[in-house]
Amino acid sequence: MNGSKDQILARIREALRSPAPVPGNHDYSHLEMTPSRPKPELESFRQWLPPVESNSENQWDLLTKSFHALKTDFGLLESKARLIDFIQELQRAEQWKRVGIHHGAMTDEIASYLEIEKLWVDEGYDPQAMEQCDVGISECDAIVAQTGSILITAKSAGGRGLSVLPPHHLVLARTSQIVADLPSAYELLYKRYGGNFPSMISFITGPSRTGDIERIVVLGAHGPKKLTVAILKD
Amino acid sequence: MNSTFSKDFKKNSGRMSQDLTHRAVIKKALGAYEIKRDENRSKYLNWQEARQAASEIKWEAVNHLDRYLLEMTKNLEARGTKVFWASNAEEARQYVISLAVEKKVKSIIKSKTMTSEEIHLNGALEKLGYDVVESDLGEYIVQLNEEPPYHLVFPAMHLTRGQIKEIFKRKLGSDTSDLPEELTMVARNIMRQKYLTADMGISGANFGVAETGMISITENEGNARLTTSFPKIHVALMGIEKVIPKLGDLAILLPLLATAGGGQQITCYNTMIGGPRQPGECDGPEEFHLVLIDNRRTELLADAEQRDALHCIRCGACLNVCPIFKNSGGHSYGTTYQGPIGSVITPHLRGLQDWKHLSSASSLCGSCTEVCPVKIDIHHHLLHNRRNAVTQMPVWWERIAFKGFSIATANPALFQLGIKIGRVFQPLHFLIKGTLLDPVRAWTQTRDLPEIPAKSFRQQWKSRQ
Repeated sequence: MNGSKDQILARIREALRSPAPVPGNHDYSHLEMTPSRPKPELESFRQWLPPVESNSENQWDLLTKSFHALKTDFGLLESKARLIDFIQELQRAEQWKRVGIHHGAMTDEIASYLEIEKLWVDEGYDPQAMEQCDVGISECDAIVAQTGSILITAKSAGGRGLSVLPPHHLVLARTSQIVADLPSAYELLYKRYGGNFPSMISFITGPSRTGDIERIVVLGAHGPKKLTVAILKD
Repeated sequence: MNSTFSKDFKKNSGRMSQDLTHRAVIKKALGAYEIKRDENRSKYLNWQEARQAASEIKWEAVNHLDRYLLEMTKNLEARGTKVFWASNAEEARQYVISLAVEKKVKSIIKSKTMTSEEIHLNGALEKLGYDVVESDLGEYIVQLNEEPPYHLVFPAMHLTRGQIKEIFKRKLGSDTSDLPEELTMVARNIMRQKYLTADMGISGANFGVAETGMISITENEGNARLTTSFPKIHVALMGIEKVIPKLGDLAILLPLLATAGGGQQITCYNTMIGGPRQPGECDGPEEFHLVLIDNRRTELLADAEQRDALHCIRCGACLNVCPIFKNSGGHSYGTTYQGPIGSVITPHLRGLQDWKHLSSASSLCGSCTEVCPVKIDIHHHLLHNRRNAVTQMPVWWERIAFKGFSIATANPALFQLGIKIGRVFQPLHFLIKGTLLDPVRAWTQTRDLPEIPAKSFRQQWKSRQ
């Protein structure tokens, strides 16, 4: 059953028999009916979007600025030992009792240093148990310097729920995962998953927020109240 | 001649424009938005070219709509999504209702979808006894207050924190201060269990991607992600015009939507969903249904001159700068889509003669066209709608009035005579000013007519010769 598919398609085709003026041309005196320049492509977006320098130090500066503005907590960690310290310190400060986590190269390693109850999500899990978790720990696909976004997918970050249900989302990443801008992030998605995309892909930009009451920003509307990115230097 | 919609609009906008509290609330909210919008817009290397590119992407999709809809549908179905094509609101509602009956659904959680407002889905589901909860904070507030969204992006923009506190107290029995943080936590705590226990999650879709078979949802709160992660069934409602050709097109559309819509560089969550839970994935809904809705969009599509109105990405930027919207308020329109873009598309979606009055609710300042991130020629389309309404159904007294005016102005002697008569009678105008006897009362009720000068230009010219 697909409803009125044929009728709608017939109406569309009938409607499109008369050509529309080219976009963005509000001068009706000389109507062109087909755009004269080629369709805009992914790489061409860079010449219009907010600029990002190719130098990785500048990208890091831009990223930290974004993180500060978005109230994303982060740590740049020189070594694995420092990474473990960073996370154990968080655990003590927030008194985590239960952590939601998925299997991955970085998460597995960290899990062995967290001596608390763990909810492994990979083989399926009870959502009510996840609701009781103090933190969700996940990996990611990339970090976007331009916008301060974390790119995750159902495949890289332990499914759909782990990164959004617990009140604190902790992301483990490496400096080599930083990409310059949104076009690069999409290029990475095509390259990594082209043909078989995970059923959920998301750009996470700061902790959950709302401005629905008098346009005043409140963090932790429905998703995590806190977002922390722990970045290991490669 | 005057529809009830037109009378209601006049009455309500008249009342709202004198409401100083309302004006202060809107001014404060939009003032903060404007600062953030300008700040983020200035970061672009070329905002104008970015708009042009977005407009070209949407042009390509809308002008080959059949091809892209079929491509998207094919890709979605290949990964287990059920796509339903609804000609009108009734078909869309019926599909969701029969699905709910078939799957023995009891409770439904929704994330923001204006298409659902358009087809009046909540009312239909509630009538049948379903528990339907809006999870977006603004939508939840107006749902509790039993009113439609005030603004298509900021549904509860017209309410102060004090009023929201009262609504929560009345409907939820909560006892909090009026701090936005505390009020937000009330909604958060109520909603968390609902995500986990609802049988069905209903969302909208900001974009549909043909190339990869996905929908894209833009939000800040995380409620759409929760709504599309935990309930066993996910239903997304999408207008047919929301399809775009490529996944990569989002790299420019997502930031444009965020900057124009909320003054942000990008919103907190931008999520692309390409199906139900896939093999090897640990969570996600068992079923994903996409309802594609025409509901007279194809009629707008057939109007080549105004076809670009289907480029709209519902960012609300045109509402935020519109002097009519700011003074009349969102509820006065009586439409699902308010503001300038609503005034353009509502006559197409709900009947030109009933909604033509909205085309005149404009100062034609052109701010809407200037801010539109996909370059819709909004203010000219208001003029096109005016022209089409009169061509379709001429107004007899307007025709006589304009005929008389053209005779008088084309005949100098008659024009002079008119001025002389006017000079004699204008001093007596105050006797009937603004009353039913006054032929120009629509103007003079709240304004003065300019006085006819003692000496006309011609007389002054003659005396200088």
